[in-house]
Parts: sequence; structure tokens; C-alpha cells
Amino acid sequence: MSNHYESPIRKPLILGKKTLKNITDDILKPIENKAGNLWWTALLISILAFLWGLVCIFYTIGTGIGVWGLNRTINWAWDITNFVWWVGIGHAGTLISAVLLLFRQKWRLSINRSAEAMTIFAVIQAGLFPIIHMGRPWNAHWVLPIPNQFGSLWPNFNSPLLWDVFAISTYFSVSTVFWFMGLIPDFAMIRDRVSDPFQKKIYSILSFGWGGRSKDWQRFEEISLILAGLCTPLVFSVHTIVSFDFSTSVIKGWHSTIFPPYFVAGAIFSGFAMVQTLLGVARKVLSLESYITRNHIESMNKIILLTGGIVLLAYISEFILAWYSGNPFEKFIYFSKEAAKGPFWWAFWALIICNVIIPQFLWIKSIRRSFFWSYVIAIIINIGMWFERFDIIVLNLSHDYLPSSWTGFLPSFVDVGIFIGTIGLFFVLYLLYIRAFPVISQSELKTILKTENKKQENE
Amino acid sequence: MNKYVHALYDNDSTLMNSIKVLKNHDFNIHEVYSPFPIHNLDKILKLKKTNLSFLSFIYGFSGFCIASILTWYAMILDWPQNIGGKPSFSWIRNVPSFIPVIFELSIFFSAHFMCISYLIQCKLFPGSVHKNPDPRTTDNMFLVEIHIKKNNTEKLVNLLKENGAMEVLIKEK
Repeated sequence: MSNHYESPIRKPLILGKKTLKNITDDILKPIENKAGNLWWTALLISILAFLWGLVCIFYTIGTGIGVWGLNRTINWAWDITNFVWWVGIGHAGTLISAVLLLFRQKWRLSINRSAEAMTIFAVIQAGLFPIIHMGRPWNAHWVLPIPNQFGSLWPNFNSPLLWDVFAISTYFSVSTVFWFMGLIPDFAMIRDRVSDPFQKKIYSILSFGWGGRSKDWQRFEEISLILAGLCTPLVFSVHTIVSFDFSTSVIKGWHSTIFPPYFVAGAIFSGFAMVQTLLGVARKVLSLESYITRNHIESMNKIILLTGGIVLLAYISEFILAWYSGNPFEKFIYFSKEAAKGPFWWAFWALIICNVIIPQFLWIKSIRRSFFWSYVIAIIINIGMWFERFDIIVLNLSHDYLPSSWTGFLPSFVDVGIFIGTIGLFFVLYLLYIRAFPVISQSELKTILKTENKKQENE
Repeated sequence: MNKYVHALYDNDSTLMNSIKVLKNHDFNIHEVYSPFPIHNLDKILKLKKTNLSFLSFIYGFSGFCIASILTWYAMILDWPQNIGGKPSFSWIRNVPSFIPVIFELSIFFSAHFMCISYLIQCKLFPGSVHKNPDPRTTDNMFLVEIHIKKNNTEKLVNLLKENGAMEVLIKEK
């Protein structure tokens, strides 16, 4: 790993001719130093948002899901939209860590740790929605195949909703293990450096006694590679299975074979947009300018362009099929003429503008390599991908097979509160993470240091 | 009491060259500590190939078997039902809808048990005493631990210094 060869004509991934010691110092800076006012302000806002969401969750559980904006026609709305959106965001982390590791993409090294953390925090938010949507979350354990007092009572293994239970919990636990295993050598580095006895104790526990022996490294590399190999099909399976929630049903606009690849591409599209959003902030706040460079931003933008292209292709095929099938009900699916001018026209056009038109600006090199514009476009894509899930769920349900039950949808303050609460919790977790954990995988980054310094000598 | 030498290096290339020289002079390298994995070091030290990939396959296969038995027991033997016009009286005819669960459990077993095996093999547990003799080896230094026989200490120390060791310490335990 350490004498990995890369062509010197490639752009450097670490700027400023760093030494091994510099990398340790830079990564330890946020952990050793006191937090700034900006961090405290961000944490306070996030905690307030989370508390608001928590109150709304308790109100929902205490009163019932009638306090949401749902009705008899639209019985999945913001909750499942948010669930699919958060799961999608969770995809880029594992993709950066696992898939790009298998493809030997070294540009992943500065960003993989944060992306993995983002995955875990996003999947926590995602998991919350199906549980509270049950209405009786104290019975949530019934979805697991465990012995119970009702005799022969098992969950239905034929149901895509049960597949979700297995897919999301496996994805969450395997991603957490993958993340934690990579953190062990970095925790050891912090343990050996910090002087505060309390910090030393905590990092001693977390580092599991890691010493960096050659045999340990040999095994570490082996498990990293195997975990990457195991996580890669997981990335693709999770959103494929989430898409089965829709595509195995008979609702028009959902019953579509294109959904699995389309959902996976959409998930990676939104996941990378969220990585851009988070790293844009982390880079400035944690002074990681030497490690998160324009080349990293550009590489991520290229993946956004690719996956955005796949998503666009899926939109086109949905639109053409709605038109070509001649089915009167297909006319009302989320990608149809009726959707563009119907009561949810604003959601349709928000999707087109945010997911189709704005990302095309990334074809321009100066925008693709600009930190500011990448950040702006990433936020727009995040919004657009939320609208995509909203359109799929609400538009398709609003005009079902029975015209007498056609209806509209308005979210209640509880719907909005819970969504904002999950955003708050996500940022609380992320902000605490960047203060306490090493945001860059230093042991991996150090392996490419020599090559990167050589590239700068040649420039 | 056993005597051994700790040689510290600030560079992985120097470390590798030095290890090759020590091997040529037939010194017994007991352990190498480094802040990151060094390519080919395991071959030079003649470390045995790890069996974790094989174990991972075995665990994954166990997960596959357990998931197959679980779906068969729950849906076919213990509680067969006709759900949505799809009677579940035969596992093999129902298997397409069991594939997601079987797949996920195979991955779950493979990943988790492999990591547990790894931690046990490396003797890594929460809060266990750190194993590196010098705290700098998790930062920017590389350390070689060599067990010494009688009367070859001077030769070894000279050899280490000639080959780029920053510090050489003689210890006893």
C-alpha cells in the first residue's frame, strides 16, 4: 500500500508537502483544541431543531398518526419520503469507502471517514420513520423473527417491508463495523498523543489496545478489503430493496421494473450531494484545505454528473412509458404531462429544475472545480432529491385507480417538525463526531504521502 | 532475562532496507510497529497468510444456511399461509421472495463474525493495554524489535545505525 504508484502527471491529492507528523497534527487539531463559536452556534441550532422534532415524535406517539397530514388516499407521504431520502443520503458513504476502495481510487482517502460517518447518521434518521409510522413503536420488535407469546406468529418473509427490515439493519450494522474497524488505528494515534487523562482513558478504551504490529496490519488490510467486498453488494441491494416497497405493488407509477437501478443511482446522486455539503463546511471549519482539494470536489462532481445522467434517463423512460402505454391512469403518474400541470405542478417542476437542469452546470469545468458553486449545486440537488421521493409517493397516490378517492395533500406542523428534527439530530451527531473523532483516516492517508509529495515536486 | 533492541526509523523505505540487511545477517526480528500498513513487509518478514478471508466465507455460508432454515421453518413448516394468492407450501417455489433476506443475513454473518475473529486473533479488546512499546509508532515513527543473542549486540547496533536508524535502545524483559 505504501509504495503505491500513481502517474506523476495526476494532480496531487495532498497539498503543501506534508510530513507524517503534519498529518497527525492536522487531524488532531479539532480534538485537542477548544471548539469555536461557530461550532457552538451550529450545535445549539441543531439541538433546538432536534428537540422540536422530539416533541413532535412524542406528540405523534401519544396521539396517533392522525396528527400527520395523511388521509385515506395518501397514506404514505412525508414519513416515507423522508425515509427514502435519508437512506439515499446514506449511500455515498459506503460507496466512497467500499466501491472506490475496490477500484483503488486514492482520492477517496481524505473524504471516506466523513462520508462513512454521514452514512451511519443518515441511516439512523431513516430507520426512525418506519418505526414511528407504525403508530405503535413499542411493538416495533414484531418485525423481527423472534419467538413470541402468540404461538406460530412470524413476520411475512414474502413482504418487501420485511426485506427492508433486514436490508436497513444489515446495512447499518455492517457500515458501522466497517467505520469502526478503520477508526481503531486512528484512535490509537490519538491515545498516544493526547495529554488529558480523561481523553487518554476514553481513547484507550476505543483503540482496543492497537499497537500497529506488522501482523495486525496484514490482517487489517485483509479485513478492509473483504468488508469492502461485502459492503459493495450491500450498497446496491439496500436501495434496490427499498425500491421494491414500491415496484412490487400494483399502484400505477410505482409498478416499474426500472425502479431498482433508478433508485440506486438516485441514492448515490443525493448521497454525493450531501457529502459535498458536509465536506464543504468541514473543510473550512476544521482547516482541512490541504486534504480536501479541488480535485476531490471535481471527482465527486463527476460522479454526481454520471448518476444524475442515469436518473435523467429513468425520468425520460417513465415519461415515455406513461405516454406510450395509453393507459388513462398512467397519465397521472409523477412523470407525466398531467403531473406537470396538475395540482402538484410545483413539486414536478421543483424536481426538474433541481435534479435535471441545475446539475448540468457541472459540465462547465470552472463550476465543477469551484468550492462555492459545488456547494450551492449540492444543496439544490439535496432539495431536488427530496422532491423526487415526494413526487413518487404523493403524486402517484393522489390520483389512484378510483377517481372518486382522488385527493390532495397538505403536511401538518408535526410532519414538518419531525423532518426538521431529523435534520437537527443528523447535524448534532455530525458536529459531535467532527470534534471527537479523527475526520480523516490518517493511517490510510499516510500511505500515499510520498507519491503525493513527489507529484508536487514534478509540478 | 531476555535482551532485545528497539530501532526507530522515520521512514518506511529506510525501515524496509534495514530489515533486509538484518535478515541477511540472520538477526531475529521479533516485531515491527508502524503507523500505517507497509506494502510487502509481510513477505519480507515471512508472515503466514491470514485465514480471515476463508473464515469470512465460512461465516457467510453459515448465514446463508441459517436464513434458508429460518425462512423454511417460519413460512413453510410452522405457519404456512396463503398470502396474496401465493400459497407457501413449498420452500423452493417461494425462494425468489426469500432471496433478499437470505442475501442480507449471509452478508451480516460474514461481516460481523469475521470482525470478531479479527479482534480475537489480534487480541484487541475494549480498553486492553496498548501493545506498541513507543507512542511515536502510531504517529510518524517505525520501530523494529530484535531479540539478541549473546555477544552480538555491538554488531547489531552498528548495523542498525549504519542503515538509517534514528534511535537504538537496548532493553531487557
